[in-house]
Amino acid sequence: MSHDSMFTVTDWLFGVPALLGIGLYLFGVYRSDRQERLRRWPRIRIVWWGSGVLLSASALVGPLAALSHENFTWHMAGHLFLGMLGPLLLALGAPVTLLFRALPVRRARQLSRLLRSRMAGFYIHPITASVLNIGGLWLLYTTGLFAAMHHHFWLYVLIHVHVFAAGYLFTVSILSIDPVSRRFSYPYRTVVFILTLAGHGILSKFLYAYPPVGVPIEESRAGAMLMYYGGDAVDLVMIVLLFRGWYLSAANVRNQILT
Amino acid sequence: MSVNRVINWENRKKNRTKNLWAGILFGLGFVAFMDETVFHQLLHWHKFYDKSTVAVGLVSDGLFHAFSWFATVGGLFLVADLHRRDALWHKVFWGGKLMGGGAFQLYDGTVQHKVLQIHQIRYGVDIVPYDIVWNGTAVIMIVAGLLLVRSAGRDARSEGQVKPHVA
Repeated sequence: MSHDSMFTVTDWLFGVPALLGIGLYLFGVYRSDRQERLRRWPRIRIVWWGSGVLLSASALVGPLAALSHENFTWHMAGHLFLGMLGPLLLALGAPVTLLFRALPVRRARQLSRLLRSRMAGFYIHPITASVLNIGGLWLLYTTGLFAAMHHHFWLYVLIHVHVFAAGYLFTVSILSIDPVSRRFSYPYRTVVFILTLAGHGILSKFLYAYPPVGVPIEESRAGAMLMYYGGDAVDLVMIVLLFRGWYLSAANVRNQILT
Repeated sequence: MSVNRVINWENRKKNRTKNLWAGILFGLGFVAFMDETVFHQLLHWHKFYDKSTVAVGLVSDGLFHAFSWFATVGGLFLVADLHRRDALWHKVFWGGKLMGGGAFQLYDGTVQHKVLQIHQIRYGVDIVPYDIVWNGTAVIMIVAGLLLVRSAGRDARSEGQVKPHVA
């Protein structure tokens, strides 16, 4: 498939779900707000969700997608949007909570059963999500996968869907925004998060010295530093959100003696 | 609420360890952050990656870097928590800060720079004086931290009788 025709296909393939994502979310907000007994859906979440969809999609649709095909540094910028910042913003939009509010009761029960299923529990586990996330990146950049991705259309699609899905799973497995079947303790999540962030940083430095097959060393260096510092920046926000959750949940100050 | 705040020794003593850890974590993270900002970004003395970096050095560096992010943020949230419990004890917190910061700097200056050879403090100069200042500062910080924590303990013993307040 030629490059131009490939981009036409991916523009549609990823553009349509992105628009649908925004449309359905807005419809969900409309349904949720019509129920009098519920608190008005926070408007800021619409902003989070919308910007999350746009950022994630920007890695796959339009000019950034084309640039990232030619240049590793742009590829890395796209990866940061698709796998880290986009998923974080999407998670802040609390889509599962919205879904529960917008669905009819019977459907909401089915959804709840699905989320409590063994399989969902496996994927939402912090360790699974972390391995899928960072392990996937190691595979992509240290094997022939990265070069192969640019020659096989479906591999390209599959890998990008994986990067996005793994990034989202990891984000929701660490932060407590939407309801999940099992909430792991703060120390547990912190340890997994530290190891994941370390894996990300180590891979960045590794790429700085050993570029993926077919990538010039200068592009790889710039890309690796972008991955390192960009990843740090996004993860810093996630760390603050994680500990903020702890701070709010540990609000029990009964033991203190007031002066 | 009185205008002159009464020091809540009872809360302080109950949360002594938490004060100490808040300091150690924040100090450690803060020094790691300074290392990154001053020596990597501003002075460009350190290198992002040094050719002599070995695998174990890369892993150690990666783990410490990740941990330092968590330590900084976590330490500050602990301070916020101590504050709302009226249990923030600055002397212990500062002692912990110096101990944590010094410990990180000593680890960085000995294990990471020398044993694992991740990178040196500066390139193209005689490195010995730099190493002495680096590690010497680290030891001074640790000792000062220990002294502060000990002195805080003495404060608590001499003034530490609980003074019950009748509303």
